Amino acid sequence: MLNLLQDFIQTLIHTVRDVLPILSLIVFFQLVILKRPIPNSKKMILGGVYVILGLALFLLGLEKALFPIGEIMATQLSDPVFVSNNGANEVFWWSYYWIFIFAALIGFSTTIAEPSLIAVAMKANEVSAGTISQWGLRITVALGVAFALTLGTFRIITGTPLHLYILAGYVIVIIQTIFAPKKLIALAYDSGGVTTSTVTVPLVAALGLGLSSAVPGRSPAIDGFGLIAFASLFPIISVLAYAQIIEWQILYSKKRKK
Amino acid sequence: MQAITIFLKKIMTAITDLIPIILVVVFFQIVVIQQPFPQIWEVLVGSLFVIVGLMLFIEGLEIGLFPIGETLAYALAKKGSLIWLVIFSFALGFSTTIAEPALIAIAKEASEISADTGLIDKSAATKSAYALGLRLSVAFSVGLAIVIGVVRILKGWKLYYLVIGGYVIVMLMTIIAPREIIGLAYDAGGVTTSTITVPLVAALGVGLSNTIKGRNPLIDGFGLIAFASLLPMVFVMGYGLIWF
Repeated sequence: MLNLLQDFIQTLIHTVRDVLPILSLIVFFQLVILKRPIPNSKKMILGGVYVILGLALFLLGLEKALFPIGEIMATQLSDPVFVSNNGANEVFWWSYYWIFIFAALIGFSTTIAEPSLIAVAMKANEVSAGTISQWGLRITVALGVAFALTLGTFRIITGTPLHLYILAGYVIVIIQTIFAPKKLIALAYDSGGVTTSTVTVPLVAALGLGLSSAVPGRSPAIDGFGLIAFASLFPIISVLAYAQIIEWQILYSKKRKK
Repeated sequence: MQAITIFLKKIMTAITDLIPIILVVVFFQIVVIQQPFPQIWEVLVGSLFVIVGLMLFIEGLEIGLFPIGETLAYALAKKGSLIWLVIFSFALGFSTTIAEPALIAIAKEASEISADTGLIDKSAATKSAYALGLRLSVAFSVGLAIVIGVVRILKGWKLYYLVIGGYVIVMLMTIIAPREIIGLAYDAGGVTTSTITVPLVAALGVGLSNTIKGRNPLIDGFGLIAFASLLPMVFVMGYGLIWF
């Protein structure tokens, strides 16, 4: 119990230290440049305290509960003994099917819990007067991350060059941008950046590192990178596709009415 | 009584957000790996922390971070001083990124890799100078990205021209940048946007486009985060070109 308290205080100090630059920036601007007291300041300060406390608890909990298990799982699933199923001599890329399933599921589920994405979904819902549903956006982004991590682990296992995938992804985004409804493009671009933060990055990094050191012929230095890049590219594609499908649906139902 | 219902509702929301992870972990532990949970108590207490933490964070977003970002955006726009708005945007991007733990970790790892592959000197001083330079260039690029994003909202430029232009630059730089740094550069784009920066930046964008006449918060308010994940890629590759 004492240990836990110590850990919590340490995490809290870390969080406060991370927040300090932003906090001093806001206070400086409010008092020196704008020269006015903060309106509703009591409530906002309380909100700030909630954010810091909440984030510290969230991070500590992740460190205690999720990260150790996630790391053990990534290592065990990519273990050559587990992959070759205790006997088969040859290992093909499809022998790693449990890794692909794990990557997809962990990508989806961690993205659903990602606080930054929740924040952006709340804003998008508010700004669009409810037409963009929070869960619709979050599930679309999570599907994008699930696909990204599956493809990313496939790339690590096969050792194919990262930049070819990324360049192909960019070409897809550019083509989609030409056809997608213009209203949702900004939100789609933003979805790429928000998926990879507190929950996803440590787990994904562990997966990439574990996998690239377990697969014969791969090195963590060269092949371990890239999963985060995938996870910030594919949500853009999935959100643009979602916007496109919704637009087609609206067009189709209009046609039927006529 | 009502307070308790609201509280329970909020706890339930946080639990719903975490159900997918719990299901995935339990499924793999029991069905695939077929082993009992290691340190079951730590896991249970940790999960409880995660739930309460997420609930507090979201509550804090609604009553704290979002209003702060929007009030500031409103006040800065009303003051009508472009220079202060630009300084604020740059400082926001730079200061939140330079201390980002994920970036510190990735910069350190990058310096090790570059030393191992013989791109830079193996001495500790060179390595730490390299890592610090990398962090500074990423932080600078995020600051610049927020500035570009804010100026875009003011001027009403089309987001997709800028982003696609950015993609083209990334593609061209990929061709000439040293191979060892490409993977790192691509990942650097993803790690810069932290959990506290994102809500503030989103509120800033939406607040600005709400205040300025003729801007639509949905079309113009979003897009700041997109720049903040695009520009670091360009800068890290540029950094690689300068060093080697």
